[in-house]
Amino acid sequence: MKPVQLTARVISNRRIAGPYFKLCLREASIARRALPGQFVMLQVKREDAPFLRRPFSIHSAQGPDLEILYETKGAGTRILSKQKPRDAVELIGPLGNGFSLRLGSRRPIIVAGGIGVAPLVFLAQKLSNRKGLALIGGRTAAGVLCEKEFQKTGFSVTIATDDGSRGFHGRVTGLLERELRTANPDRQIIYACGPEPMIRRICGISLKDKVPAQVSLEAHMACGIGACLGCAMNTKHGYKRVCKEGPVFDIEELL
Amino acid sequence: MTLELSVTIGKLKLKNPVMVASGTFGYAGEFKDFMDLRKLGAVVSKTVTVKPRSGNPPPRTCETPAGMLNSIGLENPGLEKFLTTKLPVLKKTGVPVIVSIASEGDPEEFVALARRLERVRDVAAIELNISCPNIRAHVKGLVSQDPKSTYEAVRSVRKATKKTLITKLSPNVTDIVEIARAAEDAGSDALALINTLMGMSIDTKTRKPRIAMGVAGLSGPAIRPVAVRMVWEVYRKVKIPIIGMGGIIDTESALEFFFAGATAVSIGTANFVNPKASGEIIEGIEKFLRSNGIKSIKELVGSVRIC
Repeated sequence: MKPVQLTARVISNRRIAGPYFKLCLREASIARRALPGQFVMLQVKREDAPFLRRPFSIHSAQGPDLEILYETKGAGTRILSKQKPRDAVELIGPLGNGFSLRLGSRRPIIVAGGIGVAPLVFLAQKLSNRKGLALIGGRTAAGVLCEKEFQKTGFSVTIATDDGSRGFHGRVTGLLERELRTANPDRQIIYACGPEPMIRRICGISLKDKVPAQVSLEAHMACGIGACLGCAMNTKHGYKRVCKEGPVFDIEELL
Repeated sequence: MTLELSVTIGKLKLKNPVMVASGTFGYAGEFKDFMDLRKLGAVVSKTVTVKPRSGNPPPRTCETPAGMLNSIGLENPGLEKFLTTKLPVLKKTGVPVIVSIASEGDPEEFVALARRLERVRDVAAIELNISCPNIRAHVKGLVSQDPKSTYEAVRSVRKATKKTLITKLSPNVTDIVEIARAAEDAGSDALALINTLMGMSIDTKTRKPRIAMGVAGLSGPAIRPVAVRMVWEVYRKVKIPIIGMGGIIDTESALEFFFAGATAVSIGTANFVNPKASGEIIEGIEKFLRSNGIKSIKELVGSVRIC
C-alpha cells in the first residue's frame, strides 16, 4: 500500500473536550486505503515553524474522509487546533503497519488510555461485528474519550478513572486484569494504545495470562517513512523503526 | 537554449549537481513512492562501518528552532550485509551511488572499507565520514577536528582506492580552511561541507536532555548561514570541488551554496519534511538558469558579489 504526499482540505476541526480536538480532512486517496493502526505525517506551520511534520494515528476513515483525534500539547498541536474549514494541510500517508485483523475466534479486548483511544476507534469500526470489549481509561471523567464511538461499533464499554470520578476507581489495566480472571485466555486478544506505563503493565498481563496482545507505540520521528532512523524502539530483535516496522507491535517482540 | 547542468567531481560525472546527504535518504528505497529517483545527480548512502552498529538509545531526534537534533549513532548493517542487501537497492535508483564510510575508532577500518569498496563496480565514489559527532569513539574529538588526523585518514584511504574520494568535514572547528587544506593535500578529490553542528537541548520539565545521548548533531535551516560561510571560506583557499550542504530546503537556499563556491549541493534534513525536495530543487535550479539566461551551472559557482 503506497503512501502518498499531498495537500488536503480541512472539513472541520473541533474541540471535543478539554485539550482534545478532532480534525476531519477530505482526502479519499488516503482514507480509502488506510488500515487501523496506520498513521499520517501532518505538516502544520505558521511562518516557518514547526520545521518537522508530526505523526498522528488515523482515528477513523469513512468514505473519502479521514479523522484525526489529537491532544494539544506543544507548538505543533496548538497551531493545528487553529486550523479552520477549507484550510490546507500537508499530508503523507497512510504510513506504517496497522493492527492484524486476523483474530480467529478470539474476542477483541481494546484497552485505551487517555488519547490512546485515537487509533483504536478505527480498529473497533473494522471489528464491529465481533462483539468486543472496550476498556477506556482516563485520569478523570473528563479524560475518558470516545465512549459513544466504541458503543456505536457494538463494543461494550467499561470505564476506569484514576481519581474514581467515573467507573472503576483505578487504572484501566486493573479492569483488564479483572476481565481476564474469568475469561478463557485462548479466546481473547488484546489491542492497546496508551501511555508507556500502561503498555508495560499490559506486557506483564499478556505474558502472565497468555493472552496475545498488539500495541500501538509512539515515538519522536523526523520523517515517518523509515529514512531517518530516529524513532528506534528496542525490541527482542534489536532496534526497530516505530514508523516502518510499527507503530503496531506484537507485545512478545517488546522487551 | 540547452542547459549545462552536469558537473564533475573527481572522476565522477554527474548529470546534475543535486545529490542527497548521507543519513537523510535511508538507502533510497524509502523515497521511491514520492519521487522519481532517476532525477538525482547522485545518491549518497547512510554511513557504513566494518561491523554492524545498532545505533544509539532513543530518543534520537528532536525538533529545535528551524531544525532538528539527531543522534542516531551510525546505525547500519555492517559492510558485508550492506553490500548484499542495501547496495542493490541504491543501485536501482539508476544514478551514481556514493558510499559513505566511517571508522568506529581504529583508522585501519577506513582502509579496510575503502579496499573492499574499491572492488565493487556499483560504487561510483567513496565519501569519507570523519565528522560524525554521534559515536562514542569520537568523544575525544572527531578526526576532522584535527588537520593531522584528517591528513592521515584521507591519505590512507587515498592509497587504498582509485575511486573518487570525497571527504566530509565537520563545522565544529576553529578554522575550517586548515582542515580542508589537509584533506586536499592528502589527495581527496572533493570536500563535502558541512556535517552537523554539535548541539544540545534540554526539556525544562524533566531537566533531561531531549536526546538520550545528551549532545547531538544540529541540522536544518538553522545551520545554513554557518554552512554557506564555510563553503565560501574554503572555496577561496582550495582547488578541489566542494559539495555544499547544511539546511538546504528549496531552490533559493541551494543557490546560496553555488554562489558561495559549491560545485554541487546535497539535500539533507529537508528530505524528512518533504520527500520530494531534491527533485523540486533540481527543477528549480533549471528554471533559475533558464529565466536568467545562464547556460551552465558552472557560471554560478563562487559568483557571490563581494565588493
